[in-house]
Amino acid sequence: MRASAWLGWKIESNWTDPLIFAIYSIIRPISTAAILIVMYLVIRGGEFSKPDFVNMYVGNAFFILVGAAIQGVSFGILDDREHYRTLKYIYIAPIRVPVYLIGRSLGSILVAVFSVLITLVFGALFLKMPIVFSEINWGLLTTASFLGLLAMISLGIVLGSWTLIIKNNAWSLGESLGAGLLIFSGAVFPLNVLPMPLQWIGNALPISYWLALIRRALVPEIGRTYPMYTDYSDARLILILLGFTLIYALIAVLVFKRFDFIARERGNIDMVSNY
Amino acid sequence: MALQTKITRNSGFRLFLQSVIGRAYPRIIGTQRDLAWLFFDIFLPFISMVAYVFIYRALKAPEEYIGFVVLGSAMTAYWLNILWAMSSQLYWEKETGNLALYVISPASMMAILFGMASGGLFATTVRALFILIIGNWLFQVSYTITSFWALFLVFILTMVALYGLGMMLSSLFLLFNREAWHTANLLQAPVMLFSGFYFPVKVFNFWIAAAASLIPLTLGMDAIRQLVFPSGALLGFLTVKVELIVLAVLSVVFLAGAYFTLRWMEKLAIRYGRITDRLG
Repeated sequence: MRASAWLGWKIESNWTDPLIFAIYSIIRPISTAAILIVMYLVIRGGEFSKPDFVNMYVGNAFFILVGAAIQGVSFGILDDREHYRTLKYIYIAPIRVPVYLIGRSLGSILVAVFSVLITLVFGALFLKMPIVFSEINWGLLTTASFLGLLAMISLGIVLGSWTLIIKNNAWSLGESLGAGLLIFSGAVFPLNVLPMPLQWIGNALPISYWLALIRRALVPEIGRTYPMYTDYSDARLILILLGFTLIYALIAVLVFKRFDFIARERGNIDMVSNY
Repeated sequence: MALQTKITRNSGFRLFLQSVIGRAYPRIIGTQRDLAWLFFDIFLPFISMVAYVFIYRALKAPEEYIGFVVLGSAMTAYWLNILWAMSSQLYWEKETGNLALYVISPASMMAILFGMASGGLFATTVRALFILIIGNWLFQVSYTITSFWALFLVFILTMVALYGLGMMLSSLFLLFNREAWHTANLLQAPVMLFSGFYFPVKVFNFWIAAAASLIPLTLGMDAIRQLVFPSGALLGFLTVKVELIVLAVLSVVFLAGAYFTLRWMEKLAIRYGRITDRLG
C-alpha cells in the first residue's frame, strides 16, 4: 500500500516542477468553485456569507475529494494498462491488486485534499465566508472524513473494476459519474430540488450523509440549516454513514471479484486499446 | 491471365483532399461502428448539464438561464473535442508511434490536421445536437431566433476559429510529454469559467471578457445567446456584428497560426528528433 501510494503521488506530481504543480493544483479547483460563485453572483448578488451560499460552497469544495477518490482507481488502471503498460506485471507480482489500486488512488486523493484546503482558504479570505477555525468540530470532521473516504474508495473500486473490462471511452467515466454524484449527493443543492424518485438515489448514497456531517463540523450553525436531514442528530448520521460504508465496501469486494474474473477470462489485463 | 490493378498516385490538391478524407474517415465512421459513445459521450455529459440546471433551479433563476446551461453544455462538447481530440491528438499519435508514419508519408501534415478537425467537427456536432435536443425536451427551453442567417454565420465562424485554434494547439502540444494530459486538464475548467458556458460573459469586467474572447467559443456563445434568447441582447458582451468581425479575424489568425506552428514543430523535430521520442 505504502509503495503504491508513493508511486501514485509521484505520477500525480513529478511531471513538472513543484511551483507549476502548485499553480496547477490551485487553478483547477478554484476555477470549478468560481463557476458556482459566478452563477450565484448572477442570480442572487454578491452576499457570500448567506447560509445557502456557504453550504453550497462547502459542499462543492469537499466534493473535489469524491471525484479524486472515484477517478483515482479507474485512472490508475487505465494509466497502468494503456499508458505505462505495467498492469500485467502488477498482476503477476506477489501483491494484492485491490490494495495496490487503493494505494495508487491515494496520490490523487492527496492532491484533492490540497485543493479542498485551497478552496476553503480562498472562500474564507476573499469571499469573507464565516469559516472560523476555533468553531470547527474536529472530532466530527475526522470521523466523518474517515468513513466518507472509505465509502468513496469503495465506490472508486466499483468504478475501477468496471474499467478493467472497458476498452473505449473509459477515460471520461470517472468525471461523468462524479457529475452524477454531484446531482444526487446534495453537494451544491439540497435533494428536495430533485423529483422524488431521484431523491431516493441520493438517500442511498453515503456521500449525502458524509457531506451533511462535514457541513455540521466545519460551519456548525450554518451547516444545520441546510435542508437535508435536519431532524437527524450527528450520531444518527454517523451510524447511517457507517452502515452505508460497510455495505459499499462489501459491494466493492464482490464487484471487483466478478469483473476481475471477467477481465482475466477475456484477456483484458494486458490489453492495450490505444484508444 | 493475371489480373493487374492499376495504382494511381495522387499528388497536389487531390492528395491533400484524399488525406483530409482519410483522416476524417475514422472519426466519422468510428461513431457508427462503436455505439458505446451514445452512452459515454451523450448520456454522461448530459448528467453534468442536469447538475447545473438544478443549481439554477435551487437558486430560483429565471428560466432563460436553464436555456443558457443547455446551450453551454452542447458547446462544451466542442471544447472537450478541441482539448482531447485535437490539441492532444498529435501527442497521442507520437506516444503510439503513428506520428512518425504521418511525417514520412507523402500526405501533408496540414491535411492531416484538417482531416482531424473536419471529422471531429462532424462527430461532435452529432453529439452536441443530441445534448441540445434532449436538454430542450427535458427542460422545455424556448428560443426566439431573431436571424437564422446571422446564427448560421456565427456558428460557422466560431467553428472555423475554434478548430483553427485546435490545429494550432495540436502542434504546440508536441512540445509536451506527460504535461500534455495535465495541460489539457488544466485548460478545461478555467475556459468554462471565463468563456461563460453557463452564464453571460458580460458579468466579468470588460478586459477579462476581452481576454476570454481569444477563445472563439466566448464570442460565439455570446452571439448565439443574443440571437436565440429574448433577453440575450441585454446580456450580450459586444454587438453581434462586432462579434462576427472578431470571429472572422480569429479564424484567419488561428488557421495561419496552425500552418506556421506546424512548420516550426517540423523544424524542431528534424533538428532534435522529437517526433519519435517517447518520454512517458
